[in-house]
Parts: sequence; structure tokens; C-alpha cells
Amino acid sequence: MTSHAPAAAVDGAHAHEGEHIHPPIYYVKIWGVLLALLTVSIIGPMIGIKILTLMTAFGIAVVKAYLVCSKFMHLNIEKKFVIYFLTIALCLMAIFYFGVAPDVMKHDGANWRNVGAQAEVARGLERAKHPEEHGEHGHSEHGAKPAGEH
Amino acid sequence: MAFAKPIATLRSATGVPVGRLAMWWLLASEIVIFGGLLMSYIMHRIGHPEWAAEAAHTNTVAGAINTVVLLSSSLSAVLAHQAAQMGNGKRAARFLWITIGGAATFLVVKSFEWTHEIHEGFVLTRSGFWSFYYCAAGLHALHVIAGSIAMGFVAVDAAKGRELQRVEYAGIYWHFVDVVWIFLFPLLYIAK
Repeated sequence: MTSHAPAAAVDGAHAHEGEHIHPPIYYVKIWGVLLALLTVSIIGPMIGIKILTLMTAFGIAVVKAYLVCSKFMHLNIEKKFVIYFLTIALCLMAIFYFGVAPDVMKHDGANWRNVGAQAEVARGLERAKHPEEHGEHGHSEHGAKPAGEH
Repeated sequence: MAFAKPIATLRSATGVPVGRLAMWWLLASEIVIFGGLLMSYIMHRIGHPEWAAEAAHTNTVAGAINTVVLLSSSLSAVLAHQAAQMGNGKRAARFLWITIGGAATFLVVKSFEWTHEIHEGFVLTRSGFWSFYYCAAGLHALHVIAGSIAMGFVAVDAAKGRELQRVEYAGIYWHFVDVVWIFLFPLLYIAK
């Protein structure tokens, strides 16, 4: 159940166009759904199926973000032009990704090799394979020592 | 000397109050900042299979606790907005202080988490993964600190029934901080 916003909602606390003021229980229910989704995203990876992990972790993150943006930020009832320029910002992010990804995600091509990145991958895989030789649990090779060690 | 109320507080030529419009512009720039950072992380994570072994050391329980804390603080922020819409400044201020409490809890959990990781030797310079980890989570934590300071000022005014429209603007910013964490959590703590 919702009640209408009081006219000129007090001292400029602007209501969105056509907005109803929802009772607190409405937001508490959405919060409950968000917590349930969080639980699924934590349990999902425990099953150990990679595609399921991706779906439960990132798919659910998108659903949670949608719920927060639409219900808590009230973007679902905001003016369309606000949605448009927020979408443009998201598109800039996508342009950045597709422009740079080929050079970052691949370490060689027809006429080039990223020698430094390849060496870093080899070093990292070696360290993961033999952690005890490289100071695991985690003591850095770059001089970082645990507290109290000199 | 008394100052006139700034025009930005009341004007709404576009149909959106200027203060709220400014907040949306700020968030559009924040999308580019955090989006660029997260996209860089995703690209490097795909290009560096060895990062999976590094990511295995992040503390999922601490990340999950902080997610619950931020989601709950988002609830109190939207309840503050709801109270402001009803014209109840004192109630709005109370919910804002609860939100600030959530921010403080988040930072305390994060400080314990980082202290443990640094003691274990997982420092900023250990590998590309940890550089991204501290950079992304650190930038997010700075936003948590900035948001809670701003909310403190808004709460003081709201308790006196002044500038109640700012309760919504502070809330919009806070929900964005929550949304960023919603994506950081699976990227840094779940995908191992």
C-alpha cells in the first residue's frame, strides 16, 4: 500500500513526478530480496561448476544492482534524459573495454609479443605451483615481511 | 550576514531539481572512473590466469559481511529519504546516522581484513592482482569515507528540519557506492 506524497513535499524535498511514497515495509522487502540474492551468489561457487559460478556471481550482481538503482535510487521513475546520460557513461566504459581488451587480454599476435606479460604469467604460475618455495603463505618476494619480522 | 537560498536548491528547469541533476552528473563521472578501473581489472584477470591463485587468498567471509552491511545501510538511506518526503526531519536524521554507522562498520571490517592480509605478505607490490585489489577497494573505501562525512552534515541540518531535499541526494550517492561494491564483491572475492 502506498500513500500520495504531500504537496510540495516539505522544504523542497522534491518528490519524483508521479511518485508515491512507499511505506517502510516496501523497502524492507526489497532489502530481504537483496540479502537472499547475496546468499545465492555465495553458495553458487561452492557447487564448483564454472558456468554456474559466473551466473550466480555476476548475473545476480546485475540483478542486485538493478534492484538498488530502480527501487532505492528511484531511477525507474526518474526523467528519461537522466537514464540516457547515465547509459552514455556506461557506453564509454564498453568502448574503453573493446578498444583496449585485444592488447591486454592477449600477450602475442601476428607481429608482436608482450614479453613482460608472458614472463609475469610464467612467474605467477610457477609461484602458484610451488608456493612453499616462494614464501607462501604469501610472504612477498618484494621485500614485504610479516609484522615483527626484521 | 544572512545569505539568500542558492537557486540550485529550488530551481528545476529540466523537471529534475538542480541539486539532484548535479548528483546524477557526478555519478555519471563516477561510472567512468569505477567502470574504467573494473574493466581494466577484468581484462587483466582474463589475460593473467595466475591471478586465480592470488585471488584464492581474499577473505570471502569479510567481503560477504561488508556486502550485508552496505545493503543494510542502503536500506537505512532510502528510509531516511522516505522520512524526508514525509517531512519528518528528525526521523530522516536518525536513519542517516544509522547509515553512517554502517559506513563505520564497513571500514572497521575492511581495516581488520587488510591488516590480516598485509601481515600475511599480500601487499600492494606483491603482484598485479593485489595492486588492483588495494586500488579498487581503497578507492571504494575513500568514497565510503567521503559519503559518510557528507551525510553527517546533511543529518545535522535534517534534524533541524532544514534542507530535507539533500537527504535524497546523499542517499542517491550512497546507493551508488553500494552498487560499486555489488560488482567488486564477486570480482575480488567470489571469482577464484
